[in-house]
Amino acid sequence: MSESDKKIDIDYVAQLARLELSDNDKEKLSGQLNDILVYFEKLNSVDVDGIEPMAHAHKVDNVWREGDELGPVFPKEVLKAMAPESRDDQVVVPKVVE
Amino acid sequence: MKYEVVIGLEIHVQIKTKTKMFTAAPYHYGAEPNTLTDAVVLGLPGTLPVLNYEAIERCAKLGLMLGCEIAEVCKWDRKNYFYPDSPKNYQLTQNEQPLCIGGSVEIELPGAARNIQGEHRWVQLNRIHLEEDPGKLSHTAFDTLVDFNRAGVPLAEIVTEPDLYSSEEAVAFLNALRNLIVYTGISDCDMEKGQMRCDANVSLRLKGSEVLGTRTEMKNLNSISNVKASIEYEIKRQAKILDANESVIQETRRWDASKNTSFSLRSKEEAHDYRYFPDPDLMPVSMDRNRVDTMKKALSERPFDRQRRYQEKYSLPYTITSVLCADRELSDFFELALNYYDAPKAIANYIVNDLLRELSAHSEVGDSALSISDTKMKAESIAELVEVVESGLISKQIAKEVFTEMFVSGESPKVIIEKKDLSQNNDDSAIEALCLDAIANNPKAVAQYKEGNAKAINALKGPIMKATKGKANPATLDALLQKLIQASE
Amino acid sequence: MTDLFYSDISTLNKGLDSKSFSAVELMQSVIDRTDAVEAKINAFVDRDIEDALKQARASDERRARGENLGAFDGIPVGIKDILAVKDQSLRCASKVLEGYRSPYDATCITKLRNAGAVIWGRLNMDEFAMGSSTENSAYGVTANPWNLECIPGGSSGGSAAAVSAGEAIVSLGTDTGGSIRQPAALCGVVGMKPTYGLISRYGLVAFASSLDQVGPLSRSVKDSALLLEAITGHDPLDSTSLNQAKVDYSSALDATAKKKTLGVPKEFFQEGIDPEIKEAIEKAIDWYRSEGYAIEEISLPHSELCVPVYYIIATAEASSNLARFDGVRYSHRSKDAENILELFSKSRGEGFGEEVKRRIILGTYVLSSGYYDAYYLRAQKVRSLIRQDFEQAFTKVDAIITPTTPTPAFKRGEKSDDPLAMYLNDIYTISVNLAGLPALSLPVGMTQNNLPIGMQVIGKAFGEADILSIAHDFEINHGYKDMRPQI
Ligand SMILES: [Mg+2]
Ligand SMILES: [Zn+2]
Repeated sequence: MSESDKKIDIDYVAQLARLELSDNDKEKLSGQLNDILVYFEKLNSVDVDGIEPMAHAHKVDNVWREGDELGPVFPKEVLKAMAPESRDDQVVVPKVVE
Repeated sequence: MKYEVVIGLEIHVQIKTKTKMFTAAPYHYGAEPNTLTDAVVLGLPGTLPVLNYEAIERCAKLGLMLGCEIAEVCKWDRKNYFYPDSPKNYQLTQNEQPLCIGGSVEIELPGAARNIQGEHRWVQLNRIHLEEDPGKLSHTAFDTLVDFNRAGVPLAEIVTEPDLYSSEEAVAFLNALRNLIVYTGISDCDMEKGQMRCDANVSLRLKGSEVLGTRTEMKNLNSISNVKASIEYEIKRQAKILDANESVIQETRRWDASKNTSFSLRSKEEAHDYRYFPDPDLMPVSMDRNRVDTMKKALSERPFDRQRRYQEKYSLPYTITSVLCADRELSDFFELALNYYDAPKAIANYIVNDLLRELSAHSEVGDSALSISDTKMKAESIAELVEVVESGLISKQIAKEVFTEMFVSGESPKVIIEKKDLSQNNDDSAIEALCLDAIANNPKAVAQYKEGNAKAINALKGPIMKATKGKANPATLDALLQKLIQASE
Repeated sequence: MTDLFYSDISTLNKGLDSKSFSAVELMQSVIDRTDAVEAKINAFVDRDIEDALKQARASDERRARGENLGAFDGIPVGIKDILAVKDQSLRCASKVLEGYRSPYDATCITKLRNAGAVIWGRLNMDEFAMGSSTENSAYGVTANPWNLECIPGGSSGGSAAAVSAGEAIVSLGTDTGGSIRQPAALCGVVGMKPTYGLISRYGLVAFASSLDQVGPLSRSVKDSALLLEAITGHDPLDSTSLNQAKVDYSSALDATAKKKTLGVPKEFFQEGIDPEIKEAIEKAIDWYRSEGYAIEEISLPHSELCVPVYYIIATAEASSNLARFDGVRYSHRSKDAENILELFSKSRGEGFGEEVKRRIILGTYVLSSGYYDAYYLRAQKVRSLIRQDFEQAFTKVDAIITPTTPTPAFKRGEKSDDPLAMYLNDIYTISVNLAGLPALSLPVGMTQNNLPIGMQVIGKAFGEADILSIAHDFEINHGYKDMRPQI
């Protein structure tokens, strides 16, 4: 990857992450993150051809629940108590335009 | 039109399990909002998913039914996007290694007429993968409400290749797919209940071209008629753009059935960057080959295979088999009845005509039609009904009355006939008296009959049938009348 | 007799059994101690004193009925604010979860309750376990009991400081890249990260799911062994939890008659290590040698890649794990949001602290279109190499000895503006998480400035009994276990 590719497009990434940042934050973060990305260059020093990517700390297949048996449910009051805004037992959000 | 249309479909089907995909909370349609949740469904801090094996098993069964290859190992990925119906703001899905690969679905194109069988063709599938359903949004004038009951229901996403070439083919595909899925019992595919949902990718290209044109993706197609209408609309829209030498923009569009038009969602969406990565909380699934082989052997017959079998083995006509075989319950019922009395044509006729009529007559307005299991109807009763008609115990006319009674009460035909005293009146002396009366009262008809007009005898039968309330055996009656007319020189 | 709040579990059990004191008196002693020092330490973000006393009373009633539940009945266990405790606040030291109470217990909490333990308080931490100093807390910094101007380490800084200062008998922390071992080292206590999968993560608010583990902090190796025993076991609610035979770790402590082979990785003693720490670890190694342990120099060649691999994998997973804090169902909701997009981004922007934002952005970036292969996929592959390094080493040795940290506790604010320097603090601990192995830190010395020095013992997968007994052997032959900070 060339030097110019490494500049984080902080607006795009913040938008993806749904994270509002102040202009100050953005400037500070950009600098710090670019330093970190340069540090990450270390990874290019090693040949990883043919190496299996490791997604889990250990390899165990086929962990599942058998029997499709019903478990307990929350009374609707649980969600109601924690939700910032609710009406008719449902969570209210600003109108979503689909 | 100088263009060829190319369509690919993505169909989401809710798999009918008792519990959700990654937790043991139940799901059923129509429950009070937010009463089918638990800590995992709501994505509470600290919760983790645990796979419901039943969903894997059923999806694999579906894949086998659709001729897919079942993956040796399938994995779970996170699809990251924010939406208020998504409790974790990522969806657990199978991006890299889906459970079912390839496959194809046999479809029947519309025939030249309703009673003529259309051409059959196989449509190629790309894959079927498993994922979790989000919750449900409902919109008011000023805000949006979220119900998480549906969140976490197992979904099979069936992705076709761009291998459909008209809106009629798309409809044929959806019908065939729905029949197949309902046959396996994996889902009821009720689109009104959201059990089956469809997105359509549509593109045009110049006839003869090998290259695919730019496609658009149509969302929110919650009925087969919407699929048809939206594709047709989109074909016209794209053709107009291409005719004007402009380019179609790749975008997602939403079908508005009330206005019979679609609109672009492009302004509302950003570039899709789902940041897929393997889910660290779920382990890969390696499929047991023996288990898969066993499932393969136990698969139910496919609807079109069944139809061909009925046409060959029982010589049933297309008009009957196309109705009978599209519905597994009907055709299973047919086969069950055959075990009691071997009269395929008569039994099939009763099912396709009388039974279906009664089912729709007894359904509530607005509800989907009753199914046989909702009624007291028994397969052996239909068999018995055919038997008593063939044996001459009752006429076909009376059989209709018996059928209606049988449908409502669930009693056997013989019990009904006995109870209502419906058996044909074969008291020859009484009928003979009636016949002699009829001959005496209708000299004109008798004369015509004698002159060689065989149909004229029917004029004599009416009053007799009326007098016996239809219980006179028509064949006996016919023979008797002929004998008496000849004797009445 | 020493103060109850500074006693070990065996001593407390004897006292409770012989009715020298009650569980309520023990709890009260811890409460009083906490009241006395908490203004200086700030180890807790929340304390439900009534609830703790109620649990202690229930314990006393059990004992009175002869229904003692075992070694933990009546013992106050401090809990990091990242583990779900039913009806208690669960904020992960973040504003984004202000007001949230968990409607369910984490599996390790259920196990502790079944063992009779008194679930005690919500311990301070770096927000969402992101940090190495407990400075990234929305509820104030925690002080190192040995020097109130120094950081206690992190992210389980509250868990380490509370145990060190006598505000809990033992505590639970979580460790994603060193978050139990590093604060244990800096606060002069024992802290252990078990093998990945040994302890259920159900109810542990995920930071980096493939790295996170719950583990004990205590003033003695034996207490860590006891606490570990109490919380291990397969959990069907965590698909990464492993089905292992139960091990009686506390009884295995004295199994040191057969001296083990200890590996010393040369890569861990090169540049960047504080000379006092280097000397203390070398002295400890010399002691093991003199006791008949075999010492072997080993190599972990990919060690220097651990930090980038860790910060790519951990931040990527975190960016996704923390997406659920969106202002919709339970977390902070901005009052200024006019549409759904603003509801998400303003709520999150207001709720998360600086370090969390930094990591969400970094993690989102490394997963984003066009960068996945270069960062995330490559990091996963190098992670395989790092695990292979350990597998190779463990063909020759039973355990590996390293320093826990490159430096002793540093002053508050010293590294706050240099995230990279802060990340390098974890250089000795994170490879263990990447490889999924168990490791513990125990105190093996003090600097001239009277700050604790920790030594890390790394074991094979499920080699907890080995590393506990190796650490125990050192502990009983040295006096560090009984050193107490002047607060
Ligand atoms: Mg899709
Ligand atoms: Zn989908």
